[in-house]
Amino acid sequence: MTAATTPLHYLSVADAASALSAGRISSAELTEAVIARAEAVEPRLRAFLSADPDLARSQAQASDARRAAGGCLGPLDGIPIGLKDVIAARDQPLTAGSRMLEKFVSPYDATVTGRLREAGAVLYGRHNCDEFAMGSSTENSAFHPTGNPWALDRVPGGSSGGSAAALAAGEAVATLGSDTGGSIRQPAALCGVVGLKPTYGRVSRYGLVAYASSLDQIGPFGRTVEDVALVLQTIAGHDERDSTSVGAPAEDFAAALTAPSAPRRLGLPREYFGEGLDPEVAAAVEQAVSYYRELGCEVREVSLPHTPYCLDTYYVLATAEASSNLARYDGIRYGHRCAEPRDLHDLYFRSRAEGFGAEVKRRIILGTYVLSSGYYDAYYLRAQKVRTLVRRDFLRAFEQVDALLTPTSPIPAFRLGEKADPLAMYLCDIYTIGVNLAGLPALSIPCGFNRAGLPVGFQLIGKPLGESELLAIAHAYDRVHQWGRRHPNL
Amino acid sequence: MDRSELDLDALARLARLALTPEEKATFTRQLAELLGHIDRLSQVDVSGVEPSAHAHPQHNVWQDDKARPGLPPAEALRNAPAQRDQMIVVPKVVE
Repeated sequence: MTAATTPLHYLSVADAASALSAGRISSAELTEAVIARAEAVEPRLRAFLSADPDLARSQAQASDARRAAGGCLGPLDGIPIGLKDVIAARDQPLTAGSRMLEKFVSPYDATVTGRLREAGAVLYGRHNCDEFAMGSSTENSAFHPTGNPWALDRVPGGSSGGSAAALAAGEAVATLGSDTGGSIRQPAALCGVVGLKPTYGRVSRYGLVAYASSLDQIGPFGRTVEDVALVLQTIAGHDERDSTSVGAPAEDFAAALTAPSAPRRLGLPREYFGEGLDPEVAAAVEQAVSYYRELGCEVREVSLPHTPYCLDTYYVLATAEASSNLARYDGIRYGHRCAEPRDLHDLYFRSRAEGFGAEVKRRIILGTYVLSSGYYDAYYLRAQKVRTLVRRDFLRAFEQVDALLTPTSPIPAFRLGEKADPLAMYLCDIYTIGVNLAGLPALSIPCGFNRAGLPVGFQLIGKPLGESELLAIAHAYDRVHQWGRRHPNL
Repeated sequence: MDRSELDLDALARLARLALTPEEKATFTRQLAELLGHIDRLSQVDVSGVEPSAHAHPQHNVWQDDKARPGLPPAEALRNAPAQRDQMIVVPKVVE
């Protein structure tokens, strides 16, 4: 489908930006189309936790006025962009998918929100997610599940499932999510869109609700690799309000997509193609590999020997950090407070018991255990050492290849309620968590559909701060295949 | 590792979480299963390996000790469950 015949709500960021700058459409029209689309599909999809259409309309009108006066702020000016409900936007709700923050209203903007505002983006919708970003299906949201736009009885993935589903359904032109163990890439794969987790520290975490601070990273969803590059260059860059923010300046990632370069060397980690990988997912990923071979890329097998230990390392470190981070929800300064506490302790215990859902409690208890006296060395310290080995594996592989190519998720979208057992759910993340432990940039790119019509994605993993090269490699596939521009029958 | 010592009451106390008997039973079973999986970490040879707190080496980041604008009291108290005279109201702490 060409840009001229694509419904407005399905335009890419790049197409919308050129239509806006050519005067073919206004931001008001684009925004109205997205709002109308959301009104049509939300009763079935439920990808939003809150939205303010009038706020969107006023931002769109301001964008059109700015443009008419010759003051366009760049490619995102006038483009509707949705935020996962863990990213603060001043005066808007911020629930993190939790009863604990059901009534919370942000007193300030996250850094990424501020940067999107400065770029003129239209911000109005807040997307559903697993509670405190803990989950792989968005079913842990305290409010409601979200459907997969390609099959409403299936999950959109998680934890950023609302952001992925809303984009795939045409309820936004781009969205932001957060990724601690795969929470951008896995829902991108399951919903048939592109999702990027940047290098740890590339994008400021200021104003992001913390889950596991050494792993959390904000990143964009888009229909194309070009779109995520456009959003990334707006939100990336050093921020003194996040002490883990790296000094590297934001690059012109979109320009880097088409920079001429030598054919790349791609590595296939053998540990990522073994037991548990769905055959149809394997076949679709293999076709993407074949395309890179046709482009002249050298493809070779590599090994990341500590891969079998990534899941365990992750669940020790992430739950330990979560148990510490979530100690702030004590019912005192903000968040849920129980009724008529007997004393201060009763207030703590009951406020937390009432405010947190089962998965959050489970992770807090596990994190408390691995940090507790007598177990710290056996679990937490040991996991931190294995983390060193995991990162070393990746850096060694990057001595031989420019990027690693793997499936994003071992399986396509599963049915709502299918994975009731925590361990079964955690295994959804086996191909994505190593990247978080090592702090690397990685993205999921759609590469086709299975026979049931469910999207499949593959993952490209790059070197630390190697987003420009990584996005160029991804674009070489995506500009030809453009699977993310297909629309669900919704 | 012996799981018989998995004392949910002690963990819940440390985590300041009131758990129902049903939650305790479920979590005890699930945590034993998860820890059984996590115990595989003991197979890894980590002798001589430095622990990583972060993916990248992190150094102290210093900021000038200068006053700068912060949240005004009304904004800081906006989400407080109970407040009075620009203060957060809590149950009596000291008898």
